[in-house]
Amino acid sequence: MSNSLASFQSSFVKSLFDQDAESTLTTQPAFAVYRNTVMSGCVDALQANFPSVARLVGVDWFRAAAATYARAQPPRDGWLLMYGETFADFLADFEPAHDLPYLAGVARLDRLWIEAHTAEDAMAVDSGWLASLLPEQLGGLRLRPHPAARWRFFDGLPIYSIWAPNRVGTDAMDDIVWQGEGALLTRPVDAVGWQALDRSSGAFLDTCAEGRLLAEAAGAALDVLPDVDIAALLSRLLSAGALICPTSNEKRPA
Amino acid sequence: MWFEVHAENYLVAGGPRLRLLEAIRAAHPLSLHGVSLSLAGNAPLDAAHLERLAALVRRVEPVLVSEHLAWSAWNGINVPDLLPFPRSNDAMRRIASNIDQMQSTLRRRVAIENPSHYLRIDDHEWDETEFLKELARRTGCGLLLDVNNVYVSSRNLGFDALDYLDRFPADSVMEIHLAGHTVDPALGETLLIDSHDAPIAPEVWGIYRHLVERIGVRPTLVERDGNVPAFDALLGECQMATTELLRVTELSGQPS
Repeated sequence: MSNSLASFQSSFVKSLFDQDAESTLTTQPAFAVYRNTVMSGCVDALQANFPSVARLVGVDWFRAAAATYARAQPPRDGWLLMYGETFADFLADFEPAHDLPYLAGVARLDRLWIEAHTAEDAMAVDSGWLASLLPEQLGGLRLRPHPAARWRFFDGLPIYSIWAPNRVGTDAMDDIVWQGEGALLTRPVDAVGWQALDRSSGAFLDTCAEGRLLAEAAGAALDVLPDVDIAALLSRLLSAGALICPTSNEKRPA
Repeated sequence: MWFEVHAENYLVAGGPRLRLLEAIRAAHPLSLHGVSLSLAGNAPLDAAHLERLAALVRRVEPVLVSEHLAWSAWNGINVPDLLPFPRSNDAMRRIASNIDQMQSTLRRRVAIENPSHYLRIDDHEWDETEFLKELARRTGCGLLLDVNNVYVSSRNLGFDALDYLDRFPADSVMEIHLAGHTVDPALGETLLIDSHDAPIAPEVWGIYRHLVERIGVRPTLVERDGNVPAFDALLGECQMATTELLRVTELSGQPS
């Protein structure tokens, strides 16, 4: 009897996900309570975590797709707030979603929203302070992306224009230009905010994330878009609360 | 007035959830109620999850931390439910060890809750009240007595709820839960569901009254997770519980 608990649990879990499994437990009508609670718990969590996807496809379609995902990839831990890490990849390969090529991208932005919502707090760089620095001091500064900042560029698909209105419960505009788009999500204090992000700003943030100098980040942005206005780019990122100053001596360069 | 939240919803590094919790904590005592640690799983606890819980405990310094006599994790998956198990000696050793791990990581005594039962399991070696009493003896943990779970289980499995409450180890009870239940949509009255989405049933108030007359005053929580009514309606149920506790206080204060 040394592993009686283990064998009970193996058989119970198998029966939860396999409707055809039979045992002295599954023949009791009440076993359905566990099957239903487990499945609705997983699907409810996905619906809460991917509201823009659910709005685009409708609740019935979403819940059917979510149930398929939950059977294939049940939660790995008790942290349902973060459940669905691979849901976007699942949607990308999901045959019934074949005609909705933007669905996986929308799911990726919903996922970035959760990451921004739950990330560590930090004080974003104050644009007033940065403006007080001399131009030669700026280039030698190292700014890092705020721990709650998330950004991503989507090739070929206007993911941001589809996601942003659906995230707040409105329909996307009719005049979307069918081209690649990027998005930046930030949470300087409590509320997650977002804006469209061009490739040069994305390259700027990628370079900051590597811990490199502001001059190098500006160089990376210029490599992508030679006539980009670096001052305006930096100003937009600062107003969004996308950047922090990682060390105190870099915060106040002499 | 005090509040209890599911710990899992606040296991985050930062952001508005923690600020909300800290604002409540600044004004009221706060209790953290876990639902996914899987104490009755035949495996050590998820160390990463437990460490996140420990960080939250350090941050908000709750008056109480509680978990369930149930499991949810097995072989790398974690289902969102509180699952039953045969109460064997084997299970006793494993659960006592998991409670030890929880208490030593959190550096505090925790309370373990009796779950709702829906299934008949034939291999029990222990009665549930005896099992909980022995866990408390081995680990020093306290107990959280959910009166609605006792009522729902008694109806589903066919035992006497008052008899269960009379056998429950009173000295270990750190908190009481009250909640509403519903009948199963398919099976009707033969299966009650611990749904937390309805007012507390009159029968549950009846056995709660019986319980506190026997064991005395304990912090009592009204649980509500679904169909949440206006705050005044919830306060009304809190007030009913407070009235019962005051009556018990007066009774015990009178010379016999």
